[in-house]
Amino acid sequence: MTDSKYFTTTKKGEIFELKAELNSDKKEKKKEAVKKVIASMTVGKDVSALFPDVVNCMQTDNLELKKLVYLYLMNYAKSQPDMAIMAVNTFVKDCEDLNPLIRALAVRTMGCIRVDKITEYLCEPLRKCLKDEDPYVRKTAAVCVAKLHDINAQLVEDQGFLDTLKDLISDSNPMVVANAVAALSEIAESHPNSNLLDLNPQTINKLLTALNECTEWGQIFILDCLASYLPRDDRESQSICERVTPRLSHANSAVVLSAVKVLMKFMEMLPKDLDYYGTLLKKLAPPLVTLLSAEPELQYVALRNINLIVQKRPEILKHEMKVFFVKYNDPIYVKLEKLDIMIRLASQANIAQVLAELKEYATEVDVDFVRKAVRAIGRCAIKVEQSAERCVSTLLDLIQTKVNYVVQEAIVVIKDIFRKYPNKYESVIATLCENLDSLDEPEARAAMIWIVGEYAERIDNADELLESFLEGFHDESTQVQLQLLTAIVKLFLKKPTETQELVQQVLSLATQDSDNPDLRDRGYIYWRLLSTDPVAAKEVVLAEKPLISEETDLIEPTLLEELICHIGTLASVYHKPPSAFVEGSRGVQHKRLPPRAGSGESTESPDVGQSGPSEAPPAVIPSQGDLLGDLLNLDLAPPTATVPSVQPSMQMGAMDLLGGGLDSLMGDESDTMGAGLGAAPAAMPASLGSAPAVGGGLGDLFDLGGGVGMPTGSYVAPKTVWLLAMKAKGLEISGTFARRGGIIQMDLSLTNKAMSVMTDFAIQFNRNSFGLAPAGPLQVLTPLSPNQTIDVSLPLSTSGPVMKMEPLNNLQVAVKNNIDVFYFSCQYPLSLLFVEDGKMDRQVFLATWKDIPNDNEAQFQIKDIHLNSDVASNKLQGSNIFTIAKRTVEGQDMLYQSVKLTNGIWVLAEMRIQTGNPNYTVNGNKET
Amino acid sequence: MIHSLFLVNASGDIFLEKHWKSVVSRSVCDYFFEALERATEPENVPPVIPTPHHFLINVLRHRIYFVAVIQSEVPPLFVIEFLHRVVDTFQDYFGVCSEAAIKDNVVVVYELLEEMLDNGFPLATESNILKELIKPPTILRTVVNTITGSTNVGEQLPTGQLSVVPWRRTGVKYTNNEAYFDVVEEIDAIIDKSGSTITAEIQGVIDACVKLTGMPDLTLSFMNPRLLDDVSFHPCVRFKRWEAERILSFIPPDGNFRLLSYHVSSQNLVAIPVYVKHNISFREGSSQGRFELTLGPKQTMGKAVESVLVSSQLPRGVLNANLSPSQGTYTFDPVTKLLSWDVGKINPQKLPSLKGSVSLQTGASKPDENPTINIQFKIQQLAISGLKVNRLDMYGEKYKPFKGIKYMTKAGKFQVRT
Repeated sequence: MTDSKYFTTTKKGEIFELKAELNSDKKEKKKEAVKKVIASMTVGKDVSALFPDVVNCMQTDNLELKKLVYLYLMNYAKSQPDMAIMAVNTFVKDCEDLNPLIRALAVRTMGCIRVDKITEYLCEPLRKCLKDEDPYVRKTAAVCVAKLHDINAQLVEDQGFLDTLKDLISDSNPMVVANAVAALSEIAESHPNSNLLDLNPQTINKLLTALNECTEWGQIFILDCLASYLPRDDRESQSICERVTPRLSHANSAVVLSAVKVLMKFMEMLPKDLDYYGTLLKKLAPPLVTLLSAEPELQYVALRNINLIVQKRPEILKHEMKVFFVKYNDPIYVKLEKLDIMIRLASQANIAQVLAELKEYATEVDVDFVRKAVRAIGRCAIKVEQSAERCVSTLLDLIQTKVNYVVQEAIVVIKDIFRKYPNKYESVIATLCENLDSLDEPEARAAMIWIVGEYAERIDNADELLESFLEGFHDESTQVQLQLLTAIVKLFLKKPTETQELVQQVLSLATQDSDNPDLRDRGYIYWRLLSTDPVAAKEVVLAEKPLISEETDLIEPTLLEELICHIGTLASVYHKPPSAFVEGSRGVQHKRLPPRAGSGESTESPDVGQSGPSEAPPAVIPSQGDLLGDLLNLDLAPPTATVPSVQPSMQMGAMDLLGGGLDSLMGDESDTMGAGLGAAPAAMPASLGSAPAVGGGLGDLFDLGGGVGMPTGSYVAPKTVWLLAMKAKGLEISGTFARRGGIIQMDLSLTNKAMSVMTDFAIQFNRNSFGLAPAGPLQVLTPLSPNQTIDVSLPLSTSGPVMKMEPLNNLQVAVKNNIDVFYFSCQYPLSLLFVEDGKMDRQVFLATWKDIPNDNEAQFQIKDIHLNSDVASNKLQGSNIFTIAKRTVEGQDMLYQSVKLTNGIWVLAEMRIQTGNPNYTVNGNKET
Repeated sequence: MIHSLFLVNASGDIFLEKHWKSVVSRSVCDYFFEALERATEPENVPPVIPTPHHFLINVLRHRIYFVAVIQSEVPPLFVIEFLHRVVDTFQDYFGVCSEAAIKDNVVVVYELLEEMLDNGFPLATESNILKELIKPPTILRTVVNTITGSTNVGEQLPTGQLSVVPWRRTGVKYTNNEAYFDVVEEIDAIIDKSGSTITAEIQGVIDACVKLTGMPDLTLSFMNPRLLDDVSFHPCVRFKRWEAERILSFIPPDGNFRLLSYHVSSQNLVAIPVYVKHNISFREGSSQGRFELTLGPKQTMGKAVESVLVSSQLPRGVLNANLSPSQGTYTFDPVTKLLSWDVGKINPQKLPSLKGSVSLQTGASKPDENPTINIQFKIQQLAISGLKVNRLDMYGEKYKPFKGIKYMTKAGKFQVRT
């Protein structure tokens, strides 16, 4: 007698029959009926009509029946909320049962019933269960908090369950600890900025202890949680690593991979010369290899992660090439991943083996795989120079097989080999030409045409070959057409006498008979070039081409770092940051590897430090003279009134001067400047104009000094709206920046335009150019009721992490409240960063001025300022732009000024003011 | 966390669904079916499939796809491991894991799934604990239940679940106390045309069947523990002791379990127990090809190679094969082009061979690819890596248990290229 009988009843009156059975007096019959109902439910039949009858069966001392009814309730309570209330009493009673199994079952089921009305009744029993004497009940209750949070986050916070949950991290039972961590992690996912998992050395210690004793699943949660901790120093990091390494021998591959994540991350902090560092590297290889002997699905995920690990630390697996050799019955997704890793591990030492394998794969059945294998041979040639010759001969062997798709792939990769090693393997061209007719894929055809064009002088019948392609010009794909056009022009430039007709033909085909704009325009360009200046055409078309780089598909280093922090997650499978695809993770914080200890470097990413002198393009100083000028205008009206009127002419505000200008000035000293200012932004976006707070930079400084407000203080722009209420579920934020008494402040007005009260405000900045960060929490003490506005002043420090922003003064801000997290970006005036001790000694000024290379200099004009030099000087001083000296030459006042930024950069300026001429000329100079 | 689970059979029908949080419509599986359609072979469905709002993570076992639906960032390995655990549990409970078995026991399946996962968090996945919570269906119990009206749901809190040794239940009693260990090694190897080894590695496991009364504490030591440098242990093994003394010390779970699995990598020398001489050739322009295979024992330490099964996927252009085996039987499936030869035992004095001709379809050109030969075999009483158990001791209990250790070597993915 089996359960399959429950599936057989398909009669029309089924529901009625079941109803009758459910209301039967006989226990046995009742249970059978409930089982039938459950069976129908599992296959997706709607049996919700039986709700009251099933619920009636709930009050029973038969545990199985109770469980079955609970199963039913979880499924259908949502659709029958009123009926579900009937069950509440039984739940509450069960939560106090003597049997801990029933207590746990009740609290577990109650949490699964996603009906608001029920959740209210859940709070009291849940509170009791969280403090239950039986750990089985406590661990179930911990998960229940997460369930409840999913249904009603506010309720969980109001009831203080989060704190109780945090307390459970210190529970004596490791299972309870693991579940508490799991629940907190899940809750934290929807509250990215809340400090739920407040990790400190004490809690870390507790977690590490629990790690040894809890179940495999608990270990995964704990390891993932550990991975988000940032150890204080390399010692702590090492001791955590030591306690995590035993997990590498766990039978559960998810535990292993999570442990690998923790180790890969914390390893970053260990000094490389430490013995332990080497030991750890050795320990990482065997578990990774073992993952490859598991089921194919596990292998796939492992391989995707190994791909990352190999890019980050190739030394770990460099001797393990063989385990990535493909077995012919591996699923295709495993094969392709293995191939990718093989190429990454290929080196001079193992290239012979790799090539032999790749050649073997090229004869397999699976077309996709064969293609990729052929391509891999080409990638090996480009990666390992010593092997190039062997790769080419292998490819030639493959071409001899005459298998159509093999030949085509081979030609595509040989083209790349030519681009990497020009003038080395051209002897093979003859063989390639033999296969011309068999090429039917655009990519292969284009590659072949490129080769013919590039080496036209060595191919006797190049014109015939190209002509043969020309016949069906209009049927070719764009790729081929473009390539054909270029190739024939190349040919013409190399052998002008015989090919004139051909080139005219292709040019007319491209320009007159084609409606593809790309093709037409390229045709016209060639045509003009050839007709106006053939010599120039030669220089352009036959110019020496840069070699292609070694590996084209490496993951960009910052992304790689982030992905290393996400080993074992979906992000690592897709090689994309979690923010790119995971729904509901709006606020995923970008994780970075910790800095290595003892190196003294800041956390700046390598690519920033590299922007040396050669990379800094010449300064693009905006030609508008209205830079400071506009702003210097002597409008005596209060700033609020002036701002809108200045706006249109402020397109390139002072910010631009200091942003774009400074930036390029500093190009060659970027190494000392820290991250932020490495490469110069070529041009500032015009959007600056729409952000008066920014545009108001220097200029507005002048406005203010003119009359209103604090004559000695710096200028404060009026508040602008940064976050619209409609975009932020009713929260409107406007604000501005100010420098008061040497402290940078962010003045915010928070307005609640929603219907409900807002609480729990918090704020965070993304990394930015000058390391601005909140110096304290956002002080919103009272809840913000609807239509209320609060003004807050948030002191800022400049000691936060630094990252170059675009534009330079851009600041990305996240504000959280009880409803959600919101993001906006705003721009701060650079004058915010001028420090009070920016007055340079005269002598120093003179010496420095001379020492600064000319490249660091920029000049521009400020128009329409009717101020005399003294007044201007005073105004500027209010914003910490100090006049060091003044000189009068031929009726011109020369002001020499210095400014110091918070990051220690000095800017020196010479301001020339001609009496009677409203235009100022400023010479900017910068040093550090 | 894991939101929902769908079970899909080979013909693409959803025959069971289970939701741990809110209900996810089964239409989400359409993305899975799309991927299934694209895949050339059933096993080529990618394990992780993105959809606009969810991710589908699936495993294929026993011709059933277990498709888990997740909504937020969850470690995929965690999900895959869990799904495999579900399959293992079903197999453990019902003997086989098939659509019929699952449908036959749908209520138990549901109870199990509910017990294994709570709100997406794994709750109880240890077979020992589950069996205390939900008793596996047996014929006897079904009959008894029908008569007495009792249930297969345990009334007691699983005692082991919260103890220091969660894998073992208390109060175990046996009249015959026995502990058996099987050392099973599988060789994965790729041999090239000329017979030299490209890569060979060993996946070994020690499976145990322990039926001992009370709380026995066992130690197992090896003659040559240095072979085991890449091991994964059952949670019961004391890792510190292993690190320090290379001795396995543990309180075993009750019944069958995998004590450890290990991996002997390709960097060590791995003995290859069989060799194959082959000559498979097609001539250009001819519709006939030659086919010759001879098997022989290589490094077997004097043990017999048994249960040999040779299979090979012949090229698509092959129409039929006309072969004669010196022993055993062969079959050729003209549809799938799969040749398989059940050899049996290899007699070193008279080597088994399979010779004859294969015919190509008329007009078919000479095949481009060379068939790979897959070999399965077994060697009793031998662990090919050379691993040997030194001794097994028991502490903590007074009685004298019966102990036994068995060795076996099998072919894993053993492939010979031609």
